[in-house]
Amino acid sequence: MYALNPDHLILRNINGKECIVSIIEVNNLTKYYGKARGIVDVSFNVDEGEIFGFIGPNGAGKSTTIRLFCSLIYPSSGQAKIFGKDVTKFGPEIRQEIGYLPSEVFYYDRMKVLDLLKYSASFYKKDCTQRMHELADIMELDLKRRIDDLSYGNRKKVGIVQGLLHQPKVILLDEPTSGLDPLMQQKFFNLIRAENERGATIFFSSHILGEVQKMCNRVAIIKEGSVIKIEDIKTLQKDNYKKIRIAASNVDENQFDVDGVLNLEKDNGIVRFFYKGDINVIMRKISENEVSDVTIEEPTLEEIFMHYYE
Amino acid sequence: MNIYKHEFKMYSKSVLTWSLALVLMLWVFLSIFSSIAVSAELLNDSLDKFPPELLMAFGMETMDLSSVLGFYSLVFLFCQICLAIQAANYGFSLVSVEERDLTADFLLAKPVGRTKILITKFLAALTGLTITNLVVWISSFLFINLYRDGRPYEIKSLLLLLGSIVLFQLFFLTVGLLVSLLVRKVRSVTPFSMALAFGMYVLSAFGSMLGDDKLEIITPFKHFEPNYIISNAAYDPLALISVAVILFSFAGSYVLYLRRDIHSVV
Repeated sequence: MYALNPDHLILRNINGKECIVSIIEVNNLTKYYGKARGIVDVSFNVDEGEIFGFIGPNGAGKSTTIRLFCSLIYPSSGQAKIFGKDVTKFGPEIRQEIGYLPSEVFYYDRMKVLDLLKYSASFYKKDCTQRMHELADIMELDLKRRIDDLSYGNRKKVGIVQGLLHQPKVILLDEPTSGLDPLMQQKFFNLIRAENERGATIFFSSHILGEVQKMCNRVAIIKEGSVIKIEDIKTLQKDNYKKIRIAASNVDENQFDVDGVLNLEKDNGIVRFFYKGDINVIMRKISENEVSDVTIEEPTLEEIFMHYYE
Repeated sequence: MNIYKHEFKMYSKSVLTWSLALVLMLWVFLSIFSSIAVSAELLNDSLDKFPPELLMAFGMETMDLSSVLGFYSLVFLFCQICLAIQAANYGFSLVSVEERDLTADFLLAKPVGRTKILITKFLAALTGLTITNLVVWISSFLFINLYRDGRPYEIKSLLLLLGSIVLFQLFFLTVGLLVSLLVRKVRSVTPFSMALAFGMYVLSAFGSMLGDDKLEIITPFKHFEPNYIISNAAYDPLALISVAVILFSFAGSYVLYLRRDIHSVV
């Protein structure tokens, strides 16, 4: 993924001045639905060739942001630009090169998969037939079936194929993996990586930290309509707390009160805390006790957010 | 063109059903004309015994069922009700169905502008309505000539009557479209279109019953009342109100649709 190498991002324009190519530019973008908050004053840039994660709990404004990019809704104030052009003014032109996969996929029920994909392809200037069949093969999608007969996961596959068949330069993914089984998720991630290597910029919205960590170069964290942090994924991982739960009889929780431990609590013989730092230090502490159960897991997003708000 | 083809395909079944229903209705009614006409004297007598308010409600107070067009105007009123429901159906569902079925996310994320989408969808619906319209023209001429039993009729009045269908359909199509864009979500199209079509009919019917012409002014059932067209061999000047409503509704729908937010599932 060449986005990690900053040299690729620096182009020289005619004057010899250096500039970074931002494919998506979001400036103070705000959307209210009447009085209800969508997103407030969101600003960030996505560079060419990046896989940019957009992560936050449900209702944080992830879909709102993507829907603004597609002109499904219009901003209350602020601006979003893709390829340097305003998404509201140049919508149809920009969407020629955008692939959008909505979180919930719904298609004309009476159509066959093949007819829907052909209809989808007919909007684009290039011939998409070959790519369409390739994608359907990869995703193991049966083109002859009617859309009403498909399961949720298979509909999702239709969504993936119709969103990628025109080999777009920008791919907008809104919670793309929900409903896909793990095997299909893996194929999907490989597909997205291949698209990225071809040069596509990926905007990946999700509430699952794990998949964003696996895929993305940078992430923006959104909560209650505002972006609270934009960070390199490596930094975020380094920063990451582990959530540790120890069940043991007669355990003294104070022995775990070391550097890097947060929210230490004990009830019913179970000690819980968050830990950041050398994992060996805490493992040794744990093994000093006669434990009956230990779990060490990634904190949920909400728990990470709590950390960001401290 | 791809959207037009796709949309038209979506209408094909409905157009076929409505057209067949109208052919069947025209056929059944017009086929009994010859037997009715014979006993029309008798019928006219018994109609005289009905309360005049009731006859007014059905626009029958000046109706002469023994004449071809007198009888046809009654049948045409039923046609108008059907055409109104069909056109209102298409109007209410034109853009709302995509939002209800959430296919709007698919269509609007494609590289097409909203203007093009609205106009293409509108033309596809209008094509469907025009096919139904043509079917009414053809079957009216066919069945009138088949069953008129040598009785004469004035062709100009019949042409005027059939010619009114286009505006009549456009009224319900555009008003339906406008209303569907004024509400946040159309859950089910049928109650809306029934309410609009029968509401307009009732306004015209009750208006003549109560002798109050204020309410009639807004309803195309009054603007294109079959009796008026046949007895005057001309359109009621009130038809201009229909034209104004059509233009206003279409312009209003256009403005609303261009600015409309397409909401997601949650």
